[in-house]
Amino acid sequence: MNREIAVSSNILVKANNIGVKRGNRWIFRDVEFEIVRGKQIFLIGANGSGKTTCAKTVLGLIRPDEGTVARAPSLTIGYIPQKLSFSPVLPLTVRRLLTLTDRARQSEIASALAAVGLERLGNPQVLTLSGGELQRLLLARALIGKPDLLVLDEPAQGVDKAGERMLHERVEEIRRDYGCGALVISHNLELALASGDDFVPLVPHEHDDHPDA
Amino acid sequence: MANWWVAHMLGDFLIRALLAGVGLALVAGPAGCFVVWRRLAYFGETIAHSALLGVALAILVGIDLSMGIFVSASLITLTIYCLGRVETLPSDTILGLLAHGGLALGLVVLSFLTSVRIDVEALLFGDILAVTRGDLVAIWAGGALALCVLAWIWRPLLAATVSADLAAVAGMKPERARLIFGILVAGVIAAAIKIVGVLLIVALLVIPAATVRRFVTGPEAMAVAAAVVGVASVLGGLLMSARLDTPSGPSIVVTALAIFALTRIPALAEKQ
Ligand SMILES: Nc1ncnc2c1ncn2[C@@H]1O[C@H](COP(=O)(O)OP(=O)(O)OP(=O)(O)O)[C@@H](O)[C@H]1O
Ligand SMILES: [Mg+2]
Repeated sequence: MNREIAVSSNILVKANNIGVKRGNRWIFRDVEFEIVRGKQIFLIGANGSGKTTCAKTVLGLIRPDEGTVARAPSLTIGYIPQKLSFSPVLPLTVRRLLTLTDRARQSEIASALAAVGLERLGNPQVLTLSGGELQRLLLARALIGKPDLLVLDEPAQGVDKAGERMLHERVEEIRRDYGCGALVISHNLELALASGDDFVPLVPHEHDDHPDA
Repeated sequence: MANWWVAHMLGDFLIRALLAGVGLALVAGPAGCFVVWRRLAYFGETIAHSALLGVALAILVGIDLSMGIFVSASLITLTIYCLGRVETLPSDTILGLLAHGGLALGLVVLSFLTSVRIDVEALLFGDILAVTRGDLVAIWAGGALALCVLAWIWRPLLAATVSADLAAVAGMKPERARLIFGILVAGVIAAAIKIVGVLLIVALLVIPAATVRRFVTGPEAMAVAAAVVGVASVLGGLLMSARLDTPSGPSIVVTALAIFALTRIPALAEKQ
């Protein structure tokens, strides 16, 4: 039930009063926002407030139980999931991971790696990377295929404070260079406030029914 | 002249078994990689166990045994897929239920079919004498088709192995790839029944992949290497079976295991 967005518009995604219910508990409810090309918006909230679920609803991985998500026609999305585990039995190099979902030319791979500051990484096995390197690599992977929208679920996990600021600066540069919008999930309210971008706060709902509005 | 010589030395039946085994290993190698990456060994066991049910059905309806196994294995795959979506039971519980349920049901149905005698041992451990010309054609035609299908779903299945969500966001339909792969495994198991037997088929999927893992850096290379090791295991095992008059399935698996062990020696020596 995606009400399409006009081709001419700058709006990439529009969430209209969406809510997701599991059992008789609303994980989140009455959430409304727009993601505009070139802009970034933060999704903020404590553990369990429904950030990941909300992002998956925007991505179309979960159908909202209430409200609608409209996406721009032929929208391409670069996604970093919150949890990715690599099995040691699957041999996977950095370059193979970059082209996991989209084929890419060497130049494209090089510029994606450069955009996240990993141009000197070489081509080791993904399993041997540090946590911070892996997060940057996943960001580079999301850039392959020139996305209109980035959805980043806690891109700075396992990265220290300085690294987190740097990573968000990178995302900002990427947004300018690639001209894409971004939905960024973070725990870090300070950082979101300091950036001056819009943010959507989510609050954890009770484990019993939400009183009807 | 050369053909005559080879046929004379090896015997027609052995040549047929060798050709069938090679055809099988060429598909089992790459498919086995996904079995290992996606932790589907128990799924393979379930399909293999339920093969007896397929045999019983094939005899009841009067169709070819491998065809019967393929049909029942595909049905079991679909059942697993559907149960996985609606049931909250853990997947290994569902598999255990179907594996042993299928095996038991197969044995019960077979016991009613007193008019036909089937060689259960051959079903369990393989029987190279049983490979016919028709089987050979079926294995190579089916194998070629299976490799084409695997090439077609390779990228989505690999992406889904890393993350189903990533694959879905890229529009790769991971669920469809997963279901198609399940049916492909059902086909490999149905084709393998005469050569390796029900009890040991999963070894032909898992051991070659496990053997080559440490020697490769990418998934595609691993698939090719696993096919090579699989072919070597089948050739070695069948020749051993013909010479020593051992059952073919166990001979193939013992050969595969020997190759696995040999490749581990340098690593073990290094650790000393
Ligand atoms: N499929 C589901 N069934 C039932 N409850 C669910 C389901 N998915 C998520 N939840 C619940 O919804 C709540 C929000 O989960 P979610 O992962 O979206 O939170 P989050 O804000 O991303 O948390 P974190 O900061 O820890 O990543 C949690 O309490 C979780 O238990
Ligand atoms: Mg989360």
